[in-house]
Amino acid sequence: MPLYLTDDQDMLRDSAKGFLAVKAPVAHLRKLRDADDAAGYDPALWKECAEMGFTSILIPEAEGGLGLGHVEAGVVLEEMGRNLTPSPMLPTAVAAVAALKKGGAQHRDKWFPKIASGDATVALAIDEGAKHDPAATAMRAERSGNGFKLSGRKRFVVQGHTADMLIVAARTAGSAGESDGITLFAVEKGTAKMTADPRRLADSSFAAVVEFDGVELDADAVIGEVDAGWAPLTAMLCAGRAGASAELLGVGQGTTDQTMAYIKERKQFGVIIGTFQALQHRAAHLYAELEVARAATLKAQQLLDDIVDEKSADRARRAVHTAKAMTGLATTLAVQEGVQMHAGVGMTDEYDVGLYMKRARTLAELFGDTNYHADRLACEAGY
Amino acid sequence: MPDIDLDSFRAETRAWLEENCPPEMRTPAASDDDQCWGGRKFTFQSEAQKLWLERMAAKGWTVPDWAPEYGGGGLSRAETRVLHQEMARIKARSPLSSFGIWMLGPALLKYGTEDQKREHLPPIARGEIRWCQGYSEPGAGSDLAGLQTRAVSATDEGGDYYIINGQKVWTSYADKADWIFCLVRTDPEAPKHKGISFILFDMDQPGVEPKPIRLISGSSPFCETFFTDARAEKKDLVYEENKGWDVAKYLLGHEREMISGMGHGGGGKTLPQMALDSVGVGAGGRLADPLMRAEIAMFEVRAAAYRAQAERFNDEWKAGRINPAVSSMMKYYGTELNKRRNELAMQAGGTGALEWESEESNGGKSARDWLRSKGNSIEGGTSEIQLNIVAKRVLELPG
Repeated sequence: MPLYLTDDQDMLRDSAKGFLAVKAPVAHLRKLRDADDAAGYDPALWKECAEMGFTSILIPEAEGGLGLGHVEAGVVLEEMGRNLTPSPMLPTAVAAVAALKKGGAQHRDKWFPKIASGDATVALAIDEGAKHDPAATAMRAERSGNGFKLSGRKRFVVQGHTADMLIVAARTAGSAGESDGITLFAVEKGTAKMTADPRRLADSSFAAVVEFDGVELDADAVIGEVDAGWAPLTAMLCAGRAGASAELLGVGQGTTDQTMAYIKERKQFGVIIGTFQALQHRAAHLYAELEVARAATLKAQQLLDDIVDEKSADRARRAVHTAKAMTGLATTLAVQEGVQMHAGVGMTDEYDVGLYMKRARTLAELFGDTNYHADRLACEAGY
Repeated sequence: MPDIDLDSFRAETRAWLEENCPPEMRTPAASDDDQCWGGRKFTFQSEAQKLWLERMAAKGWTVPDWAPEYGGGGLSRAETRVLHQEMARIKARSPLSSFGIWMLGPALLKYGTEDQKREHLPPIARGEIRWCQGYSEPGAGSDLAGLQTRAVSATDEGGDYYIINGQKVWTSYADKADWIFCLVRTDPEAPKHKGISFILFDMDQPGVEPKPIRLISGSSPFCETFFTDARAEKKDLVYEENKGWDVAKYLLGHEREMISGMGHGGGGKTLPQMALDSVGVGAGGRLADPLMRAEIAMFEVRAAAYRAQAERFNDEWKAGRINPAVSSMMKYYGTELNKRRNELAMQAGGTGALEWESEESNGGKSARDWLRSKGNSIEGGTSEIQLNIVAKRVLELPG
């Protein structure tokens, strides 16, 4: 398959671009923020996203979805990144769907229709420390009667305060640092002894700190196999990381497009500042970094869509590490150059570039930053 | 989708390669000197090398996608890909390394007359004539269009020709080449881009004098080449007089692609392996030097991402859906990465990598490669020139 979008994927991009430019441009984020909105996103818009088919992309056709792939999910997420659209798309329709595909029919039958229709959102409760490290999961799930009892604390649960269901990684065996012994659970909103404390982040999005104070769950709540949650967790994180890469790319491209437009019109010393070689060379370097990140992202998405066996899954996983690491580098550069090239006005709240910088920082941390993924690749390569 | 024709082509190709590729040619070439460059002055290093070239040339497979009348194999794009895959499968090395194939060929196919193609392309395909490129001059580096080598029209009983005087520099393998494709000034009065012509001529004449250049890495394929009343036939003018800059630009695009692919998958040890061998393993099976490990890991991210970009660029190029100026971005990024890789290799090798002549260091290979790599972002247009091109022709920045 050639490494560029097919005609159908191009069409999907155009339709997502058109829809989001009208319904959810950066002004939409500003409106929610300035109204001190407590949800973090607009449920009516989310419903419209579902009507557009965005929430059904990764759900198999046989289960009421569109049966499309990570390339298509990425196309939509990139446009959301470009518009800084607040939405539960990434955790719900991308990461959670990938995990539930590896889970039992009871989860898929229950959640796929609601996700597809825009009537349910899902959040992921994985991280416990300040940095992403799923193998370090320490939170315990003790066997209790016919089920499990969860105790512990999760951090950075994006949109955790509004989600209808949380996918929680907890340890049923082994100890922190081991990939074996982790189990994934589906925990519904309103479950007793679970409390979500939403924290507003720098980019105006919300992530919750979720306390589990002996939360009792049926055995049915397990997604996949007990002690062997690493497989669905990996599928979920790969989908989430590829999606986050696409969204980051959209953030980087969106801010860069604005920056290029700005330096083509701003005048100092009587000339357009975009004529200065000092800016031209940095702009061209930034362009190169973004293009390389775009290729890495598309490669990861295509490989995720082509998984047929363990070998191809490993290859896809490594490509996802590369994509998330590289988009982190490229978009971080894009927002920094964006503010610097906008100069004074880049520091003002009135201009969008600062909003892009904030969003980029959140997405850079989500599902592991560049250092995390570079480290994983190094470990896998044996050094 | 199964393609019956392509499947049978693959089977035939596999069988033919199995039978005709000598075992000695199924290992990567160790260096430039180990490759087959062909030409009148070339001495084959082995019978196998000679046989491999002859057999491949007879099939037209030194240039599989050129038309048979030009010495090519007449293969479709898909068949060419299959051939390359099947060659890679048995690790067959390229039968012929050639500036004629990589650079002049594409330019002649686009700009040459039918007579020129029929005269010059088959000897390139067969490895009989080796070419070099006369572009840069001492006073015309980044400002290539400022070149001063003069070509003046003349006529004698042999026909119409040009008398050429001047000096080229960085002419790779000029001392080993048979012919040169050369940029010369035919109209000194015109604006600089509009007075240049693209001309071909034989190097085997008294007025052509190549002199090798010694680099910081040691001896090199580069030469200075002096022309004193050298002769070029008018029939060997490519495209029109004073329109050579169009040909030059087209050809530079090919050169940039070639250089941007350098230093990748070229056999030998990977950077992490070099580092492990040199500084050893520490806690948790990780490289003993954690800061070096971090630098290498970050390099490897960019290298892997760039491999994807090279694949994407190639796919988009073939589909004709890319701005040709993007090749400048590829040249910039690829060569900067290669320099970085060599810096890290030196750091990983430590004091061992400093050795310049010892057998253990393979004649100072690390150090010489490191120094030589510094030229990657200079030759074929400096990184700064590539960034200028991207800024203006891709980002459309003003001025």
